[in-house]
Amino acid sequence: MAIGEQQTQEDEDSGSEFEPNVGWRHTLSKIKDDTTARFGLYVIAIVGTVAMVTTIDANLSTITFGRVENFTLAESVWYHPERHPDPGTTERRMPPFFVEGGSLEHPLGTDRNGRDYISRLVYGTRVSFFVGIVATGLGMIGGTIVGAVSGYYGGWVDDVLMRAVETLYAIPPLVLVIVFTVFVSGGDPDIIYAVFGVGIAFIPVFARLIRSRVLSVREMDYVEAARATGVKDRDILRRHVIPNSFAPVLVLATLQIGVTILIVAGLSFLGYGAQPPTPDWGEMLRISHQYMHSNPWMSIWPGLAILITIMGFNLFGDGLQDALDPRIK
Amino acid sequence: MSDTILEVTDLKTQFYTERGVVRAVDGVSFDVKQGEIVGLVGESGAGKSVTTSSVLRLIEEPGEVVGGEVDYMGRTIVGFEDTGEELVPRDEMLTEAQMRDQIRGNEIAIIFQDPMESLNPVYTVGGQVKEFIELNRDLSGEEAKEEAIEMLRRVGIPEAAERYGDYPHEFSGGMRQRVLIAMALGCRPNLIIADEPTTALDVTVEGQILELVNDLQAEFGTSFIWVTHDMGVVAEICDRVNVMYLGQIVEQGPVDEIFHDTQHPYTEALLNSIPRPDRTVDDLEPIEGTMPSARSPPSGCRFHPRCPDAREPCREIEPAFEQVAETADGAAHRASCLKHEEVGYWEAEPLEVEVEK
Repeated sequence: MAIGEQQTQEDEDSGSEFEPNVGWRHTLSKIKDDTTARFGLYVIAIVGTVAMVTTIDANLSTITFGRVENFTLAESVWYHPERHPDPGTTERRMPPFFVEGGSLEHPLGTDRNGRDYISRLVYGTRVSFFVGIVATGLGMIGGTIVGAVSGYYGGWVDDVLMRAVETLYAIPPLVLVIVFTVFVSGGDPDIIYAVFGVGIAFIPVFARLIRSRVLSVREMDYVEAARATGVKDRDILRRHVIPNSFAPVLVLATLQIGVTILIVAGLSFLGYGAQPPTPDWGEMLRISHQYMHSNPWMSIWPGLAILITIMGFNLFGDGLQDALDPRIK
Repeated sequence: MSDTILEVTDLKTQFYTERGVVRAVDGVSFDVKQGEIVGLVGESGAGKSVTTSSVLRLIEEPGEVVGGEVDYMGRTIVGFEDTGEELVPRDEMLTEAQMRDQIRGNEIAIIFQDPMESLNPVYTVGGQVKEFIELNRDLSGEEAKEEAIEMLRRVGIPEAAERYGDYPHEFSGGMRQRVLIAMALGCRPNLIIADEPTTALDVTVEGQILELVNDLQAEFGTSFIWVTHDMGVVAEICDRVNVMYLGQIVEQGPVDEIFHDTQHPYTEALLNSIPRPDRTVDDLEPIEGTMPSARSPPSGCRFHPRCPDAREPCREIEPAFEQVAETADGAAHRASCLKHEEVGYWEAEPLEVEVEK
């Protein structure tokens, strides 16, 4: 084919120096250049690593990673009889080591049952991480499906779905989740109900966001081209519409993980989330706020943990937003 | 060469807007024969793209095909019957699923105007060509990939195998247009609708693409409906031409007849507005004014408010679309102008043409 060979030769030449400003590689390289986003990513990485810790000694001499085998065993959780002194005999509400009365045996002190605080914080990371990612993931998947279907089909489908979503949106998430938890759990709240509740409560945010993107993407010529070539609606949605509408959803999800962690901590604080003895940060705050005056450190440590984790996700989310926004060079 | 594969009769498509009904396509009839390139020419807003979308039943809310017949090789794509009160779709009309599985892509493919937006930016070019080929032909994944590379090579993409994995943004406009042609041809359709495929390209690339289409058309024997507003492109590749104005076809005939024995003042005006190698003029004459709204088309002949030849009867009498001239090979040359009717056009006074500028 002789036609256009000259033209294509030029294309080839310029193609080798061409720097695409979309795609994963580009996004990652942008985050690499963005100090705050990189910092956020490091924080997430550190907290994530901590979340994988399964056994931890109070004096940090033994740390292993993997699955917690006795995750659900109430009495033995986060306490190992051979390595830890009997909680009954440990001093309760011990302050951290740098305060008078503290000891390096329990660097951050002990809780009101005499359990080591740093171990509980570390195990609490796992709960918060799991909750943040799973609940946000549920909201993201649910919201993406609802929003994409709604925006793509339009008409009465759109009306019905979006009115339902708006109804859900009108209820404050905390109230919604509490009501959901109480009804579904039948008066026996657990963190898993809170996770589902928060996931459902976040559907509207994601649904509205992706719908607005889908409304413009569905008018693109490549969607029309796919229809004109006989691609099924379901495949058009899955392969063409959703992938092209997904960037803002990804950013929102990253930012939303922080919000989720905070909301679930709040639920645990109110007693609708993690139940004792599960070492959840919110649950730790619930217990410790009674001792605000006598031992404020008991509240400060979980508070700091929540703060740092959320900050990590927010900084990373902001960086991701900038990296995925083609208008910001 | 003479088997008719697509026959469109009196096709009507309307859009229901808040400000009234837009008759975007108002009684269009044309046909396409095996292996020929049929042009569909007209200004912006004449209804060219709506016509082609209607043929594939791709019209979306608030638009609707409200009348006429579209017959593709004995299969009814659009067909209505009169129940006495209203027109309802006939039973033998293909269902949406049949359209999707049997017609779109594998029988009739479409190439869109904007090569920049017709490829999905998140997938590789080759993957998209392969997807369409897999969908419309019985090929395994591996065969489809080979076929995709082969098609890319055929449309003149160098090192097709290496470029298979590149993303659309790594291709230039002309290259992307070639990819779109590869996608359409790869499905081995019988008819390709090209909706202004070269409008977004510069002239040199346009020339290359037209040459490519001519070559491929000769090779595969595919028929084309070529939608354009450029008479130059029409002269280059079309066998027959349909000139559209305001939702109707005003002149139809073989390309030579249209250019050298023009029968409709609108076609005449179109031709006068472009430079031609066979005529030397000092100034090109643009067509005065703009096309009126399709919501309330002018009475009588739709072109009369802008027509330099308009006379009194043009205001009231709607011209019939009729055979107007003898052609060498017997092909029909039709036009709708009162000049060719016995309605006293020649006796009447010329109309003062007032044109909104």
